[in-house]
Parts: sequence; C-alpha cells; structure tokens
Amino acid sequence: MKHVLESVESQFEMFQILNEDGEIVNKDDVPDLSDDELKELMRRMVYTRILDQRSIALNRQGRLGFYAPTAGQEASQLGSHFALEKEDFILPGYRDVPQLIWHGLPLYQAFLFSRGHFHGNQMPEGVNALPPQIIIGAQYVQAAGVGLGLKKRGKKAVAITYTGDGGTSQGDFYEGINFAGAYGANNIFIVQNNGFAISVPREKQTAAKTLAQKAVSAGIEGIQVDGMDVLAVYAATKHARERAINGEGPMLIETITYRYGPHTMAGDDPTRYRSSEMDSEWEKKDPLVRFRKYLESKNLWSEEEENKVIDEAKEEIKKAIKEADNYPKQKVTDLISNMFEELPVNLQEQMEEYKAKESK
Amino acid sequence: MAQMTMIQAITDAMRTELKKDENVLVFGEDVGQNGGVFRATEGLQKEFGEDRVFDTPLAESGIGGLAIGLALQGYRPVPEIQFFGFVYEVIDSISGQMARMRYRSGGTHTAPITVRSPFGGGVHTPELHADSLEGLMAQQPGLKVVIPSTPYDAKGLLIASIRDNDPVIFLEHMKLYRSFRGEVPEEEYTIELGKADVKREGTDVTIVTYGAMVHASLKAAEELEKNGVSVEVIDLRTVSPIDIETIVESVKKTNRVVVVQEAQRQAGVAANIVSEIQERAILHLEAPILRVAAPDTVYSFSEAEEVWLPNHNDIVEKVNNVMNF
Repeated sequence: MKHVLESVESQFEMFQILNEDGEIVNKDDVPDLSDDELKELMRRMVYTRILDQRSIALNRQGRLGFYAPTAGQEASQLGSHFALEKEDFILPGYRDVPQLIWHGLPLYQAFLFSRGHFHGNQMPEGVNALPPQIIIGAQYVQAAGVGLGLKKRGKKAVAITYTGDGGTSQGDFYEGINFAGAYGANNIFIVQNNGFAISVPREKQTAAKTLAQKAVSAGIEGIQVDGMDVLAVYAATKHARERAINGEGPMLIETITYRYGPHTMAGDDPTRYRSSEMDSEWEKKDPLVRFRKYLESKNLWSEEEENKVIDEAKEEIKKAIKEADNYPKQKVTDLISNMFEELPVNLQEQMEEYKAKESK
Repeated sequence: MAQMTMIQAITDAMRTELKKDENVLVFGEDVGQNGGVFRATEGLQKEFGEDRVFDTPLAESGIGGLAIGLALQGYRPVPEIQFFGFVYEVIDSISGQMARMRYRSGGTHTAPITVRSPFGGGVHTPELHADSLEGLMAQQPGLKVVIPSTPYDAKGLLIASIRDNDPVIFLEHMKLYRSFRGEVPEEEYTIELGKADVKREGTDVTIVTYGAMVHASLKAAEELEKNGVSVEVIDLRTVSPIDIETIVESVKKTNRVVVVQEAQRQAGVAANIVSEIQERAILHLEAPILRVAAPDTVYSFSEAEEVWLPNHNDIVEKVNNVMNF
C-alpha cells in the first residue's frame, strides 16, 4: 500500500524567503523589487498597522462600527496586494479592507463601510473591487466568474480573492476553485490561515495537514507560504499572477499568519481560546519586525522614516473620520433608489410615502 | 407568425438575444452540446459557439457565483438551474448576492442576470423536481419573478427579462413546455415585466392566477359559464412585483375574487394578493377572497399528483363558494 497522504503533504512545504531575523534564507526566489518598492511596501505595512490600532480605538469610542482586526496579517494582505496591477479585480472577505484601501478605496469610505453606510461600498471609477463579503465562501464562487470573464475578454488581468482558514470548509470554497480550474480562469485564491476561525482552531476544520493541498481536489497549483514574510507572499502572488495571465490557470495560496487582535470588535475575547504563550511566540514572527530588520540591513529604513509614516497615517485617519462624520446621513429614499434601475410598482409607492415623510 | 410550443418559444427568445447582444451568455448543466435536458437550448451552442453557450460543473452554487462574476465583467448571463427544486443549493448566490448587488454597492455594480429554471407538477417527475418555490423568490427584495403560461408570453417575457438590468428569476412550468402550440411572432418583441394579462374577460368573479393554473382556471371558467357564471381570468405573468392595478380594476367590476396557485397554501404568492386586495378594494368585495392551493404537505409522491395538485374542479368549487356566499 502506498502512503498517499505523506506523499501529498510533502508537496506542500512552506515557502519562505525571510526568516524571523530578517535574513534571506532563499536566495533563488528573492523577488525583483527596487529599493523604492521595498520602502513603499514597508510604508504600507506600517501604515496599516497604525490603521488597525486607530480603528480598534475608534471602534471602542463608538466612532466606528463593524471592524475585523488586521494586525499580524500585513505581510499576507499587503504583500499579495503589492503583486497586483490596477486592472486586477479584488473580491475581499470582511477582514480584507486594507487591500481595498491600497487598491484605491478612499479611507473615509472604508470607515463608512464599517459604520454601515452605502457610500462606503460605492467603489470609485477604476477601482476594480467588490465591497467586503460577509458570506464566507461567496467571494470564491464569484471570483471564478470574474476570472472567467477576464479570460473571455482576453484581458491580462486576474481576479484575486481572500478567505480564512475556516472558510476552506465551505462548499463555495471548493466550488470556486473547481470552477476556476475547469475553465482555466484568471484567478488567484488566497487562504489566510491565521490558525483560528473565531474560537475554532484550524485543526478542527479539517484533518488535512495543509490547506494549500486542497488545491489538489480542483486539479490546480497550490502553495503554502510563510504569511508573516512579505517577500514570500509577494513572490508567490506575483508567480500566480504571471501564470494566470499567461493562460496557465488559477492557483491557491495558503498564507500561514496570525491575528494579534480579536476576531472582530463585536465582543470576541481571544483569551478564551488562545494562550499568552501563543501570542508571544507569534509576536516574534511579526512581519513588520523582520522586514524592518531586512531593510535596515540594506540601509533602506530608519526610525525617522517609520515615525514619519506613523504621523502621516494618524493625520490621514483623523481627516478621514471627519470626512465620514460629515457625509450626509442615509434616507429610506436613498435605499429605495439603489434597489433597481427602474423601480417596480411597490417601490414606486413606498418611494412616494417616504418622500412625504422625509419632507416633513 | 409561427406555431410554437412554449419550449420552442423559449429557445427562440434565447436565440434572438444571443444574436442581438454578444454579452449574452447561456450556461448550466448540460445546456451545451446536449441542448438542455428539455431541449430548451437545442442548437444554440452549434450556432453561437462554446464561448457563448457552455456546460458547467455540476454545482448550482458555483453556477450562481459564475453568473455574478461574469456580470461584473459586463456580461449578461442567462444561467440555467436544471430543476428549481435545486435552488436551495444556490439561494445564497441568488437571494444573498445577486439580488443585493446594486443596493449593496450603491449602484456601482449590477447583476443583469436571468436565471431560467423548470418547475411544476403533473408530469410524474422524481423528488424535488416539481416543487413550486416561487414564493421564496418573491420574498426577496431585488428580484423579479416571472412565470409565463403561453408560448407567446414566454418569448416576450424572456426577451424582456434578459434585457432587464436587474436579476430576474424566470420559471418555466414543465407541464406547459409541450402541451400545446400557440402563435408566436418570428421577430423580436417584449412584454413588460410586472404586467398581468387578462386571459378571459368576465363580469361575475375574478380569478387571479399564474403558471399551469391559468389553464385550469380557463377550463373552470368554461364550465362555470354553462351555469351562467361569467369569470374573468387574470394571468399574473410576473409574480413579483404584482400588477395590483389590473387586479383591483377587475375586482371593482366583479366584486368577487378567487386566487389560484399550484403551490401549497402556506407557500406561493396567493396570500400576498389577498392582502393587497383587502387593503385596496375591501369596499368593493361582496364575499371573502378564497384561495385554491395545494395541501400544506411536502410535494406529493408522483403517483399521488392527481389527488394532490389543485385542478379545475377545485377552482369551480371555490368560485361557487364565493358566488353563493
């Protein structure tokens, strides 16, 4: 009898470029990034860490609503996004607001999304993305459709989508990667494995040793990446993008990462299911720490530069929250008019009813 | 004019739209080379190519997601769900996603998708093929739900559905696919969604109905006429939104109403029609509004369809009840 499991698992060893000390451990795969690009990547990661800290504080003050913390996932979220082009289409999950922001969604609109205002979901012209998806897995089947659409249009672009470790248990996860595989669609599927789906550890989702190996069921390429290593995430995504736009079909990327904060700010308490030892062990793997060390060793980053980014982030966040505060409140007539191109008769009646109420 | 069955009229509508608009895509399980399990897409792949008319893996949820994603790239998807009993697999893509696309994105994104699907009893199908689940769809804001009963209506309504820039659920009653032929213009034409059609004029009682029950109601009306009862039969054609104006106008004339559906009494859309009439025309009513519907059990085992499905005798009985109230 052959040991199928072992031989499958051995195909999914973790891909890493930078170790925890910021040293290159895999010279062959170091991505070709200019000094300016490396600095920009660091700037985005620092900015996003500050955005997370400020968002948690603003949520506690009641100035933001729904918020899913991102600290720890900067390499996974921004390293993958950095490998994209403007014409690529993002289908984010609910934790993937940073990718939208760096793809062009203004910060005040991201805050309006958090608060629950439709304007937060109105992507500006040329920002190819959907609003964050709340139904876990739905973004995967939709991504297959976008990826097929791009392929049919002959575009050199990809549809990229994100889910978490828990999301890999959904039917739509399998259907999405399987459809994209069957059509050879222009897709990148990212699984951000932060070890927990709310309180449920990843081991309770599946007996599979890696999540990347689930690509095998769709007959597509899969890779497991150190999700705390921004260079590895960037390199893997860049590779997946090249393959896709060259007609070689979709790829599944599992990033091994960690969220330092709670699942969401809606009362989740991670101390109920995570030990402090676990937290501190993962803090050693902080993507910012190792990338900072790497850039410092190349004389590309200084404390001064970092502080400048932090100040800039805080200033822009303050401005964006103010802009969100000043945005007009929603009316029922707005909600009605967003339903259809032409209102059906029931909504025409209700429109009149609410117009009258609102003019009182 | 040509004589067509409803299924031919449906194929003709898809052919018309595939020809007219290169963004129209037809896909689903076995709709390609096979031409569909009911031949609804017969010949379309051959005529328009695999790029426009294609098969999918066997997964309804994936089909729904595929349609949404293709719509986001500017296509006009016409996906098929092989039997509407399988809609449960794709309820999120339909009700949770495409119905909400325009609203949730504040108009940035739209879902000009027409989901075609057969349903309906009387042809002894196996389990979960014939269930009437239009009531589920009618409760979802953001969807329009269309159910034709004639070849002429089917073509005009399907063309209008495909051209609509919001999602439409287009339900095709299996018993009506080939049971009769009707006059269908060969050229393109549309029938406005949300507009009912008076299939028979009458003065004593109004029957509001849709799907296969239109024909049962017309048969009942003929019998009732022999006893001197003049029945007006309104075919809703679109069950969401409801053409309440046409219904109320008729009620004001006849003052009596029976609502007829094939779905179980607790399902379908009849209760909604009753409440709309009582809100808008109670002073015109001479009798309570009665409903003809199936028993509130799971859809019948196929051998029990004859005793379970509502038929023209049930309709005659209810009409006599309101006439003699």
